Amino acid sequence: MHNSNHSEVPRGPKPKKAFSRSNIIIYGTLIVISIYYLLPLWVMIMTSLKGMPEIRMGNIFSPPLEITFEPWVKAWSYACTGINCDGLSRGFWNSVKILIPSLILSISVASVNGYALANWKFKGSEVFFTILIFGAFIPYQIMIYPIVILLREIGLMGSTAGLVLVHTIFGMPILTLLFRNHFAAIPDELFKAARVDGAGFWGIYFKVLLPMSIPIFVVAMILQVTGIWNDFLFGVIYTKPATYPMTVQLNNIVNSVQGVKEYNVNMAATLLTGLVPLAIYFVSGKLFVRGIAAGAVKG
Amino acid sequence: MSLKTPSVKVCDLDLHFGDIKVLQKLNLEINQGEFLVLLGSSGCGKSTLLNCIAGLLDISAGQIFIGDKNVTWSEPSERGIGMVFQSYALYPQMTVEGNLSFGLKNAKMPKDEIQSRVQRAAKILQIEALLKRKPGALSGGQRQRVAIGRALVRDVDVFLFDEPLSNLDAKLRVDLRVELKLLHQRLKNTMIYVTHDQIEAMTLADRIAIMKDGKIMQLGTPDEIYNRPQNLYVADFIGSPSMNFFKGQLKDTKFTFGRLVLPMGSYNFKNKSKHSEAVIGIRPEHIITGELAKKATVTTNVKVKLVEPMGSDTLVYADLLDHQIRIRMEGNAVVKSGDILEIGIDLARASLFDSKTEQRI
Repeated sequence: MHNSNHSEVPRGPKPKKAFSRSNIIIYGTLIVISIYYLLPLWVMIMTSLKGMPEIRMGNIFSPPLEITFEPWVKAWSYACTGINCDGLSRGFWNSVKILIPSLILSISVASVNGYALANWKFKGSEVFFTILIFGAFIPYQIMIYPIVILLREIGLMGSTAGLVLVHTIFGMPILTLLFRNHFAAIPDELFKAARVDGAGFWGIYFKVLLPMSIPIFVVAMILQVTGIWNDFLFGVIYTKPATYPMTVQLNNIVNSVQGVKEYNVNMAATLLTGLVPLAIYFVSGKLFVRGIAAGAVKG
Repeated sequence: MSLKTPSVKVCDLDLHFGDIKVLQKLNLEINQGEFLVLLGSSGCGKSTLLNCIAGLLDISAGQIFIGDKNVTWSEPSERGIGMVFQSYALYPQMTVEGNLSFGLKNAKMPKDEIQSRVQRAAKILQIEALLKRKPGALSGGQRQRVAIGRALVRDVDVFLFDEPLSNLDAKLRVDLRVELKLLHQRLKNTMIYVTHDQIEAMTLADRIAIMKDGKIMQLGTPDEIYNRPQNLYVADFIGSPSMNFFKGQLKDTKFTFGRLVLPMGSYNFKNKSKHSEAVIGIRPEHIITGELAKKATVTTNVKVKLVEPMGSDTLVYADLLDHQIRIRMEGNAVVKSGDILEIGIDLARASLFDSKTEQRI
């Protein structure tokens, strides 16, 4: 018996050539587009590693002849913003102090909101939800001045706590929507089973729903971290120079009118400011996609 | 098991969502240790009724008693019930053991008591080997066993089942059905079981309640429901293939339709009313063929239109006075379409209904 003729029978899909015409077109296009988008980043990184004399020579695309980390050090620790000359470090810690409480507060309140709206329907809950969602479509600018008055009245104007409150409130519509839809997609019977098992409002939330909803919490976290970290408007309005977040500090460094424009320091400062959201994306990118998909598809 | 296994009593239960009346003035009494099946097509309110008994839905009016306790406004966990759901509803992040013990932990039961109850339930359901696994690693049948176990560990008097077998494949469904019946024989709890599958209802139930539009159409033993349906809806709903119905006139004990006159002397009348428009219902297996047909009181010839062999028996479609009738014959019956078949009707087992009220005569 010969088994040799087995191998002559073609099996599986036809192998494709690595350099087929369609592949070249697809990858060529993709490469060109990524270069186009990566070029500014390249310029930023290269410029941040050059000294000022080298920058003045032009050649913004070329790598530094002599690598220096001095601009990064300066941007972080002693670039001047107005009268303060302690660089971005102060802004960084301010932003952390704003971010962490806002993050915890907004996500915990919104997830409980979403849970209550999805599972403990009360009279008027749909109306309540509609109003909340409507809030997501109102432009922020309309509410700036009323909030100034509000914060002034409760004595939080210019403080970190005030800004935390503002971020928590503005995160509420979108986060509540996110959590409500997520919890609404969890089979109702699970919730009923937990009630028969004697779990109450908080018991069901903490013991049953929370452990199976980690991806959606990651999604909410990413949304909030990027949103709050990148916020400029609220930061500049509702805090004062000593408590300015990093973005405002960055603006003050880059837009300072006295002296020479230090492009390398500006680039380094900008990159430093962008590092936190970037890191979040890299660490949790996969979970982010999974969470969005899990929330979107019912079932 | 506790010695006292009480009944469930539902009094004048009303439930409406806005203007939609889902349940209306519903009364139901379930005896101790009884296996009651709520049967009906989708949207008849059977699951809703079960959820009301479980306390998962707030009722609009009426009262519910479990045992001698009025539980109308009690929390589900305080009613002394265990519930099994169609989608299993296991907690995905907990192990089987965690799933079984969740309710007991919420009730703040001592650890060793929890341990022994979980072990006992696992032994009864033969899931001891699965205790450390998560629901994701179980098959459908195993998951439903765990779900039953979760009701079992609670050591309650009343079990509620909401279409527990509907998500399983056909073979497993039959297996678990048998196991459920054995479990009931062993535990002797009161069980209320919702299904739309009449085979499940017939095989499991001590009594069946057939529901339609939030009302109970008939409550009775499977035998009563099948052989003495109290109205046209029940007669039509139960039995597959369904009953053959003919409209005609009832005069004294003679039922006439077309050229056929059926002497209903052997029929067990509920209330004899004279001269009424009536409907007769005859089950496909009560149409007799072959040698026996000749001995029947009424015989006639029909032309076979279609034959459906089903193995255990053969279903024959034929025309009788412009009606298509269904006849159930033996599995080995030799018959083909076009044949002329002599049939007899077993009138003692027929059902008569008033045309207007649709109630049994």
